[in-house]
Amino acid sequence: MKYLNEYRDPVLARRLIEQIRREATRPWVLMEVCGGQTHTIVRQGLDALLEGAVEMVHGPGCPVCVTPLEQIDRALALAARPDVVFTSFGDMLRVPGSECDLHQIRARGGNVRIVYSPLDAVELARRTPDRHVVFFAVGFETTAPANAMAVWRARELGLDNFSVLVSHVTVPPAMTAILESSDNRVQGFLAAGHVCTVMGWTEYEPIAARYRVPIVVTGFEPLDLLEGMLLAVRQLEQGRHEVENQYVRSVRRDGNQPAQELISQVFELVDRSWRGIGAIPRSGLGLREEFARYDAERRFALDGIRTVEPAECRAGDVLRGVLKPMDCPAFGRLCTPEHPLGAPMVSSEGACAAYYNYGRFRASLPV
Amino acid sequence: MSTDTLAAGGLTCPAPATDVDRIQLGHGSGGKMSAALLRDRFLPHLGNPTLAQLGDAAVLAVGGASLALSTDTFVVHPLEFPGGNIGDLAVNGTLNDLAMMGARPQALSAGFVLEEGLPFDVLDRVVRAMGRAARTAGVIVATGDTKVVERGKADGLYVNTSGIGLVSAEFRPAPDQARPGDVVLVSGPLGRHGIAVLAARGGIDFEVDLESDSAYLGPLVERLREALGPDVHTLRDPTRGGLASTLNEIAAASDVGIALREGTIPIPEAVAGACEMLGFDPLYVANEGVLAAFVPAARAGDALAALRSHPLGQHAAVIGRVVADHRGMVVLETGIGGTRIVDLLPGDQLPRIC
Repeated sequence: MKYLNEYRDPVLARRLIEQIRREATRPWVLMEVCGGQTHTIVRQGLDALLEGAVEMVHGPGCPVCVTPLEQIDRALALAARPDVVFTSFGDMLRVPGSECDLHQIRARGGNVRIVYSPLDAVELARRTPDRHVVFFAVGFETTAPANAMAVWRARELGLDNFSVLVSHVTVPPAMTAILESSDNRVQGFLAAGHVCTVMGWTEYEPIAARYRVPIVVTGFEPLDLLEGMLLAVRQLEQGRHEVENQYVRSVRRDGNQPAQELISQVFELVDRSWRGIGAIPRSGLGLREEFARYDAERRFALDGIRTVEPAECRAGDVLRGVLKPMDCPAFGRLCTPEHPLGAPMVSSEGACAAYYNYGRFRASLPV
Repeated sequence: MSTDTLAAGGLTCPAPATDVDRIQLGHGSGGKMSAALLRDRFLPHLGNPTLAQLGDAAVLAVGGASLALSTDTFVVHPLEFPGGNIGDLAVNGTLNDLAMMGARPQALSAGFVLEEGLPFDVLDRVVRAMGRAARTAGVIVATGDTKVVERGKADGLYVNTSGIGLVSAEFRPAPDQARPGDVVLVSGPLGRHGIAVLAARGGIDFEVDLESDSAYLGPLVERLREALGPDVHTLRDPTRGGLASTLNEIAAASDVGIALREGTIPIPEAVAGACEMLGFDPLYVANEGVLAAFVPAARAGDALAALRSHPLGQHAAVIGRVVADHRGMVVLETGIGGTRIVDLLPGDQLPRIC
């Protein structure tokens, strides 16, 4: 695959690994923010190849994982309604709510459909005027422009049978929360390349300066990640703490401004609770007042949601980088992809799923 | 029954609240949910020593002969896709299950569930493709059945085919016969059927220049048989659940480890690209015209030559080896030198968010 294989070259990768090992005078703790990056690292075994030089802890950047349980339960309540077609990205279907997941709702007769784009959900609403189509708008800044576009388009078409259940979050407040916490171990960040493609990196400059941490905007292929690590290690060794851009083929300092404008026309900053982490002020996006009629939470009475989180699940510690998935007592025993206790064991971007699916051999777990 | 071996899904979990009380789509994925379905719902009532082997086909002693018997039901949507339709798929699928046991297929049955409103021209194309596939394989459709259900109660049409074949004592490859020192070969590029059907299904705006690989694999098996005889330890066609699921089943059944080399596995560009976009792993994508073979390392060259001597096996490759370590597990050595395990999937692969 052109433009992908170049970033997976084994010879260059080994050279970068040697370079990181040469430059690191002590083991540094870095956090990759995005779950897509986590999966590349664990899938390629990069963490093991860098043992002793770099310890990678895995960040909160898995949209499925941080979507709060009450929003999942609201999604389940909506999906169970006979007058609703509930549309979602495929990833969300297996995330456990308090009592069940969307797959089970579908098995019980709920109309749950996977879509590949929120605009497909708008199109579905246009074609089925007798049903109300809800789209589950989750994700970070990466998915926000497309989701904003869907709402925009629904208004343009004058649709009255389309709404979104919003659970958008933004990265910088989460990074700040991690750095502020008393048990923080993170010494440098690999920022999520696709989030920065939309937002640029100006938001990260005050964080790097204030907390004296290097932040390297990094891509998703093995060579991207290794180069990002090398840049971060080099900064740490030299006592620098700057924002650097490894992902130059996609990211500019100011990001994608038309996309940012679209986001701010449709969404506004709101307080948002993160599953496993808790409430973070002004860390999420909610629909602006003028788009209130597209807000599923306002269209449908969704009060009285009582959530039950399994006591054994330590997803929050995993998402903050405090606990490695394998060190969780429930990992692989009480909690598996078939019987997940928390969302990180489900999502294709979840850290626990990455360790379970790719790493169990090395963890020498009982099988 | 062709769903996989149970040992591979054998992690015991005190079932939490997410346990289910009815069928979900994931039960049909060929992964862990399918294994649990067999274990919990079918084997307690239907279990017997023959069924318990859970091979693609069962081998029965009838009179003086050994007969292989296999059955498979086809529910593909759409009914027609680039490279084939449900008709040739239903013939090739069942015949391949027989061929993987070393059987020479003799006859098929075909049972149809037809939905009210199905256009005759679609049905004609499907049945024509069935006939063509059967003739190509040299078998007859010896008996059949049709049922019609109300509109909305079937997805156009469903087909079940069963087949019988003759087995000889000298050539009995089986899922539990792989042993350390074997190499793993595949007969061709992976993932074409699954991605071709997915692209034909619509809902995703991407175009792939790809045809299903649906084909009868008997000729490849014959060539391996001539060249290697009983040195062919195991043969399987990685259909639903893809190569990863098939190799996990073999690792469990033979109680061996399997080590794959990432760069050696033939995956067409179009498959790799589509998977990259959807967040799929090509190792879990279905094939309908590829086989995996396990032979002693010393015979790898002969096996490759035998496979490559037929058009279906032109791109055959050695992709890994059988080891005595990490029994029951499939491990992939990545291009960069790391390793990861290739596990059974818990359910269907789902497209990711971003």
